[in-house]
Amino acid sequence: MILRLLKNGIDRKSWIFLGVLFAVTFGVSILNLAPTPGSTLHLSSFVVTVLGKYLTYALLALSVDLVWGYCGVLSLGHAAFFTLGGYAMGMHLMREIGPRGVYGHPILPDFMVFLNWQELPWFWLGFDMFWFAALMVILVPGVLAFVFGWFAFRSRVTGVYLSIITQALTFALMLAFFRNDMGFGGNNGLTDFKDILGFNLQSDGTRVGLLIASAVALAIGFLIARAVVTSKFGKVLIAIRDAESRTRFLGYRAENYKLLVWTLSASMAGVAGALYVPQVGIINPSEFSPANSIEVVIYVALGGRGTLVGAALGGVLVNFAKTIFTGAFPEYWLFFLGGLFVVSTLFMPKGIIGVWGHIANKWRAARARNASSTLQANTLKKGD
Amino acid sequence: MEPTSKTAILYLENINVSFDGFKALNDLSLSIRPGEMRAIIGPNGAGKTTMMDVITGKTRPDSGRVLFNDIHNLARMDETDIATLGIGRKFQKPTVFENHTVNDNLLLALSDGRGVWDTLFANVGSREAERIDEILQIIRLSKVQGEYAASLSHGQKQWLEIGMLLAQKPKLLLVDEPVAGMTDSETAETARLLKEISQQHSLVVVEHDMDFVRDLDVDVTVLHEGAAIAEGSLDYVSKSDRVIEVYLGR
Repeated sequence: MILRLLKNGIDRKSWIFLGVLFAVTFGVSILNLAPTPGSTLHLSSFVVTVLGKYLTYALLALSVDLVWGYCGVLSLGHAAFFTLGGYAMGMHLMREIGPRGVYGHPILPDFMVFLNWQELPWFWLGFDMFWFAALMVILVPGVLAFVFGWFAFRSRVTGVYLSIITQALTFALMLAFFRNDMGFGGNNGLTDFKDILGFNLQSDGTRVGLLIASAVALAIGFLIARAVVTSKFGKVLIAIRDAESRTRFLGYRAENYKLLVWTLSASMAGVAGALYVPQVGIINPSEFSPANSIEVVIYVALGGRGTLVGAALGGVLVNFAKTIFTGAFPEYWLFFLGGLFVVSTLFMPKGIIGVWGHIANKWRAARARNASSTLQANTLKKGD
Repeated sequence: MEPTSKTAILYLENINVSFDGFKALNDLSLSIRPGEMRAIIGPNGAGKTTMMDVITGKTRPDSGRVLFNDIHNLARMDETDIATLGIGRKFQKPTVFENHTVNDNLLLALSDGRGVWDTLFANVGSREAERIDEILQIIRLSKVQGEYAASLSHGQKQWLEIGMLLAQKPKLLLVDEPVAGMTDSETAETARLLKEISQQHSLVVVEHDMDFVRDLDVDVTVLHEGAAIAEGSLDYVSKSDRVIEVYLGR
């Protein structure tokens, strides 16, 4: 059943996307590990980590595209799910430090020692085990999204009102996580990670491993999303996006459809966050900030809403531009980002993928015209 | 409950609906026999669309009962439950799913499972294709089955929507102004289409176009200010003084 879903979901575009994704990932990995440092072929570990970070943003953009592009639910709070996944992973990495912290406490993370806490809060229990943390990465954002969606979709909150509530959700979480007594390290967040699954986080091999893990997670997320949107379920989602009340009159419970895809999307965002944290080495409440969630919407809009590939592409490209820009002219980055959004809304309503499709169609049409005119010319010559 | 004789597939009893003091429906009572096609006419603001909204659960009546098949009180159910019972509605403005093909529009309307797991793991095969072909022939859209609904003409969209109703295998069809904005030939075609459908289904048709209602050749109920003021053949109601006064005479 699942295999059939996957088989139907993969088209030519998907193969190209997966091919490019893994070609770039393995290319960068090999150029980082194989040549000796200093040779012209060698790529620095910075490139590896930055690319890994881009891929986690691409997965986050993909999760937003799933709910916004296919179901019309504009989330302005998806960074909340991303960050919660990140915190779950961060808590595991904190427990991995063990007695190697600055204060050398065998169990308590440094910030708890600093706050004079005597024992681990109950919600930190279990995070010393990787499988438990991995489960929480999926469950915590998923359960929060399910509860949130249960109330929001059942009371038929839609459109801009829903967007505002999602924004409020992430803002509320940010304020809560800033408090020291929440038990998540306050405004400093969680940092000073040493290793993951026994591998040193500073070593090149681990960094490459995390990059490949991010690529695999993005590929799996993409395949799941494709399977969902190409199934009959996906057709119902599009129907809800375009004419919700019509879909209800056909007998579909729109709220259940939204709830399932919303929860799935939140869990995907959580996985993205969990892969982001070990690569950047820190997680703090500023990741919840509303602006982050809005930026993700820009990735999707720029890449092409409702295309999945476009969303992932947008996530990588915008962040690439951000790395370049914030290095060259740091003060102008926000203007540039705002400008990008305006330009893509005005001139590329279907994003980069839409423009690409347009060019490809024109080229195909031109080629067909050329072929037919050559044919005509040939026939005419023969007629002479 | 005592087994009642099946006298009505739909029975509206003393329905009242008011919006901010305006009485949209005023003690409306109406009864549709199983297998019957009924036309509802009336001037603008007579309450025709509100009546459809009450039957399909979009609007809750302030008082009164709506009985379907003598047992289900529709006044207490929501849109989805009512649709599941077998009441299909065609809207005044054609609302088909523009970003889906004609085929997919019908596929979504087919009377299969509506739950999230049903559709997520649905295996769309030859059984569905056959049923869709059958409907495409009735609504005369076989040639455009692969095209996006957005590219259809106005008349074709109306037919597609009627096809979507048929796909639901409804027991009762509510059709709201099916020929508004259609050309004369499309209107005539629609009358034939509805008559063909009425051989197997009960239908309620709301319409302004008198020639079209005459073509349908069925009993007519005249609404005025939220109440039924006359009922019978079109010729019969046309002779009623009250009807002439409020509607036909203007």
